[in-house]
Amino acid sequence: MNKILELSNLKKYYATQKAVDDISFSIEKGSIFGLLGPNGAGKTTLLRMITGIFYPDSGDIRFDGKTFDPENDIIKIGYMPEERGLYKKMKIGEQALYLAQLKGLSRSEAMTKIKFWFKRLEMETWWNKKVEDLSKGMSQKLQFVTTVLHEPKLIILDEPFSGLDPVNANLIKDEIYGLAQRGSTIIFSTHRMEQVEEICDHIVLVNLGKKILDGTVANIKQQFKENKFAIQLGEVPANLTAASFDIADQKANRLTVKIKEGYRSNDVLQHLLQQNLTIEAFHEVLPSLNEIFINLVEGTRATSRAFQPVNP
Amino acid sequence: MNKTLLIIQREYLTRVKNKRFVLTTILMPLLIVALIAGTTFLSIKGKDERKIAVIDQNGFFKGNIKSTKALAFEFPADVDTSNYLQKGYSDIILIPKFDATGGKMNYLIRSKKRISITTESAISERINAAIEDNMLQTAGIDKAQLDSIHMQSQYAELKAVEENGEGVKESNAGLSYGIGFGSGMLIYITMFIYGAMVMRGVMEEKTNRIAEVMVSSVKPFQLMAGKIIGIGAVGLTQFLMWIILIIGLTTAAQAFVPHDVMEQVKTLQQANGQMPGGGMAQAGDAAQQIYKMQHTFSTANWPVIILCFIFYFLGGYLFYAALFAAVGSVVNEDPQDAQSLMLPITMPIIFSFIIMTNAVQDPSTPMAVWASIIPFSSPMVMMARIAYGIPGTVPYWQLGLSMLSLIGGFLLTTWLSAKIYRTGILMYGKKVSWKEMFKWAFRKN
Repeated sequence: MNKILELSNLKKYYATQKAVDDISFSIEKGSIFGLLGPNGAGKTTLLRMITGIFYPDSGDIRFDGKTFDPENDIIKIGYMPEERGLYKKMKIGEQALYLAQLKGLSRSEAMTKIKFWFKRLEMETWWNKKVEDLSKGMSQKLQFVTTVLHEPKLIILDEPFSGLDPVNANLIKDEIYGLAQRGSTIIFSTHRMEQVEEICDHIVLVNLGKKILDGTVANIKQQFKENKFAIQLGEVPANLTAASFDIADQKANRLTVKIKEGYRSNDVLQHLLQQNLTIEAFHEVLPSLNEIFINLVEGTRATSRAFQPVNP
Repeated sequence: MNKTLLIIQREYLTRVKNKRFVLTTILMPLLIVALIAGTTFLSIKGKDERKIAVIDQNGFFKGNIKSTKALAFEFPADVDTSNYLQKGYSDIILIPKFDATGGKMNYLIRSKKRISITTESAISERINAAIEDNMLQTAGIDKAQLDSIHMQSQYAELKAVEENGEGVKESNAGLSYGIGFGSGMLIYITMFIYGAMVMRGVMEEKTNRIAEVMVSSVKPFQLMAGKIIGIGAVGLTQFLMWIILIIGLTTAAQAFVPHDVMEQVKTLQQANGQMPGGGMAQAGDAAQQIYKMQHTFSTANWPVIILCFIFYFLGGYLFYAALFAAVGSVVNEDPQDAQSLMLPITMPIIFSFIIMTNAVQDPSTPMAVWASIIPFSSPMVMMARIAYGIPGTVPYWQLGLSMLSLIGGFLLTTWLSAKIYRTGILMYGKKVSWKEMFKWAFRKN
């Protein structure tokens, strides 16, 4: 079995809304998976079902090839919620130890691992600091450590980069890659599409409790491509029209053209060559996930759906 | 280590290691002692000191009425109602001619500052005693005889005993009152302090989103139970430390008592109140006091009282702590929420306290009996009654019923609260109504 998680027809309805309305997808082991969606889409509810905090109203969850058993499987899962969840007055070392022991590690094992991670993320000197004395970025790093300490097979990170400066964000990003390489699977939930494009292999987009997209980043971009190409010319003639394309945008000598129905990129190149124009650059422009996201989600009133009635 | 045990350990250690805990544990007994000493001192000092001029038409009160520093009777010749204040007297008493055969005599007291109830009764007591003395003297008993009779009659003391199986056991109403009230009060205070601690802890975990992290490692019930038990252990520790402190202080205090006084006390104890040679009057005043105190204390059945106290303290705490946890889990950022939700829980506690203050004076009224069995009020009220003796005032079946219903009670509140807690701690933003809480509590899950 190379799937770490398989969700089939999950449903969770609340009195005022269908939080999760028949969602199914699966996640490969060792992948970095992106769970995307606007606020109120049902992401958090979905994640809470995966971590065993909530029970679905109907549907199945299979974890590592077997039926999901919340009591025993949560040791193999690490969950970092969106907001910092730490005891303010507790010392950092103590807190990490406490959380590690609750995940089933023995005291000595936990201490070794904590020391290892603290050193790795440059947190060694903070051992006796209280959580309330930390800056946002520091507490984020701490929360990350407590999430991955017990070497879980499935790591769920909800907006892990919020509040981190570029240096620390990079540190965490490298750790995520490293963990994936060592066999852990990562579910990454965020609004930040640029990060998703950068890091994730596979994504799922949910909105209004339903799955809207499911595929690898590359495939989805292909799916939504608009046949746009970026062309950089040596000089741009005053009037550049052709049957094969429309000019969508122009900045100095950089053009964005949309290739018309029935034509292909070679036709555009041919036209430009015929015009004897110097071609400096020519490449496809795929839509950003941000654009795809907005196009799919805009106008669907996701955030106000808490007040929409549920039809039985 | 078992997860719930881990939680208990953390909740316990973080609170016990706290400087504030150590400070309050040590200071509290000292504060209470200071409070008691202070109020006693003030009540003595603040006594209505009166210098009373007496105009006596009969001529026999002078020399026959008890005059003390606090309540002084003087018989000046040239004082009347118009000048007694200037002469330095606080009041003036006018006693008309008294006819022994003619029934009650009315006398008048005039003052600038109105006399208090205690002073009034003290004055009339002394006047009556003086009249009585006078009548006895007229009947033929001479003064010296009268004086020695007075002295001896002061040594009749009431000794109360109650049925205790085969024989009788000495009891002391004053002590029972003190123990009953004291333990009821202590349970009242600790329930509030530790119940509130539980609520605050739950609220912290909710607003800091710790609950979300914890719930991905442990079941909500484990978190709630661990917290309640851990904090209960803190309360127990504090209570035990107080006992040790008090025992330590009293033992240390005994070391300050002079050796010969202690010897007298020991002799009194051995002879059960009688000094060799007859009459407790032989022993010094201090020794008598100490002996009386120790003797009174020994009339109470301490082991039973302490065991029952621990049971009711824990039972009452567990009963209400679960409710406090449920309230804490439902509150959001707004502290006003907490106040209004706490009300239905604090009301029964306060009500029980009031019933307790009545029960401690009369432990056998139907209300006292029922209140000592119902789990809402039994911790405080039953302790008030137990001080009066088991099985005399509190028959075994009442005690048994009360204990069983308290255990059943806290199991029930824990079960219901767990349902509310597991939903409440993850629900942010929405203000939860009582109706919703009920739905969660009774929903089949």
